[in-house]
Amino acid sequence: MQIYLPIAELPISVLMVLGLSGAVGFISGLFGVGGGFLLTPLLIFLDIPPAVAVATVAAQVAGSSMTGVLTYLRRKALDLKLGGVLVSGGILGTVLGVLFFNTMKRLGQLDLVITLSYVTLFSIIGGLMLYDALRAMLRVRAGKPARLKRRGGMHPWWMGLPFRQRFYRSGLYCSVIPIALLAVIIGFIGAVLGVGGGFILVPGLIYFFRIPPAVVVGTSLFQILVTMTGATVLHAVTNQSVDIVLAVLLLLGGVIGAQFGGRAARSLNVESFRLLLALLILSVGLRFAIELFIPPSEPFSVVVPESGR
Amino acid sequence: MRWLAAILAALSIGFTVGTARAETLIAAMSSHQIQITSNYTGSQLTVFGLVERDGRTVARGDPYDIIVTVRGPKRMLLVREKERLGPIWINRTQRRFPDNPVFLHVASNRPIAEMMSNETAQRDRIGLVNAERPSGSWVDLDPGARRFRESLVRIMQGKDLYGYEERGVTFLSNALFSAPVDIPATAPTGSYTVDIVLYSGGVPLARQQTNFEVIKTGIEQRLALGAYDWALLYGLVTVLLALFLGWGASVIFRRD
Repeated sequence: MQIYLPIAELPISVLMVLGLSGAVGFISGLFGVGGGFLLTPLLIFLDIPPAVAVATVAAQVAGSSMTGVLTYLRRKALDLKLGGVLVSGGILGTVLGVLFFNTMKRLGQLDLVITLSYVTLFSIIGGLMLYDALRAMLRVRAGKPARLKRRGGMHPWWMGLPFRQRFYRSGLYCSVIPIALLAVIIGFIGAVLGVGGGFILVPGLIYFFRIPPAVVVGTSLFQILVTMTGATVLHAVTNQSVDIVLAVLLLLGGVIGAQFGGRAARSLNVESFRLLLALLILSVGLRFAIELFIPPSEPFSVVVPESGR
Repeated sequence: MRWLAAILAALSIGFTVGTARAETLIAAMSSHQIQITSNYTGSQLTVFGLVERDGRTVARGDPYDIIVTVRGPKRMLLVREKERLGPIWINRTQRRFPDNPVFLHVASNRPIAEMMSNETAQRDRIGLVNAERPSGSWVDLDPGARRFRESLVRIMQGKDLYGYEERGVTFLSNALFSAPVDIPATAPTGSYTVDIVLYSGGVPLARQQTNFEVIKTGIEQRLALGAYDWALLYGLVTVLLALFLGWGASVIFRRD
């Protein structure tokens, strides 16, 4: 069954979009990432114009993270105070990112910047996580505890910076400076790459601040919900590229997928959770690396600049 | 067969007023409008035409040849080429093709190469690669420009937006011909022009132009207009719908 998308201006198979968004929604619910970094490239692959893909995925991510936020809120696995700090840092980062985005666009090197950032970011983050997860698994096999227990007085130096705050839900007593800095970086990357940034935020909060994974996922979803709601409205107002029909289709698949993902997350132990997320991020990085390093079969590409619409 | 009747009617008028010595062309479209609805998956139109001659028209030793060129709305297109820089492949050179049609479909009754010389095809802008050639001979001195234009045509052909049917024009009689035009669903909305040229022995004898448009109708049109005219409201409605669906899913699937 085909349906014509009014903004993307092409027909698309309803079942395929539902299947695709359902699968991405499952991953999104499982790991607490928005899923935009998977869905956007997939939609572009289906010939949907990049601007429409980025803007419409923002709406879909907002909707599916809403489901997640409500679920985690009920389970009291959402730190609203921590989320508030993340959101305010994220806004600053987004503004900086949009400025950088426009500068690179003017210089004509935006494509290269985006591909290079995907490759380096995903390879580094995925690689580090994989290394850590494998090491922890080996420790378990050797009969030792997976990692050193968190003890009082054993905090990394950045947690002891000024403006320390207590985040009860996360069991964290930490300076807001490094948390806000992490949020600024994520907002920046999100604006440049057109992704929510959950795939950086989740490992960042787990590794740098040792916050329990369940709370991290809920809080990350909250931050994504706020940013993506804003992003959808901004895209609609500035470039009219949000496709409401596509958004509804993506949401129907996505929210259902996210439900099952959220269920599966509870039965998954922390170590396999980390290993799987690491592998997922690495494989996306690898896909972009292939594009960069393998000689292309068709070196030419045709683009219709946005202003031509 | 409504258009056939129309053509025959036009033909009879043509006979009474025709005083030209050369042939004239009469053309008609099976429809002047393609409407996009929510189940739109592309459409097909037919160009009908008639080579009109009268008693004073010179006799031709060669058969008639017809070339139909359909051009879609014009946009600025960028063609980029990936080149090697150290270990990586990146877009390094790009060329702009301002005012280039996003849809281009050429049909003829036999291969263009059999009808006319390469020079004539270039001069008269016949064929996919020549159709949008900028005027002036400087282009031929720049092999890069031709390479980019050929790549543009090749890529657009892969997307079914450009196409050449070397037997896409059928003569129904000595003078009456038809050419089907497939409009894929990805073809952009806007106005399309149809150019029909009559050749004989490699010499252009007559030309004719007609047009049609592709427009969104019904809910598709209202949504597209809403996205532009009520951008803020459209954005808010979309995001509220998204949040509502998200909330709905968490209610429906609630177990704990």
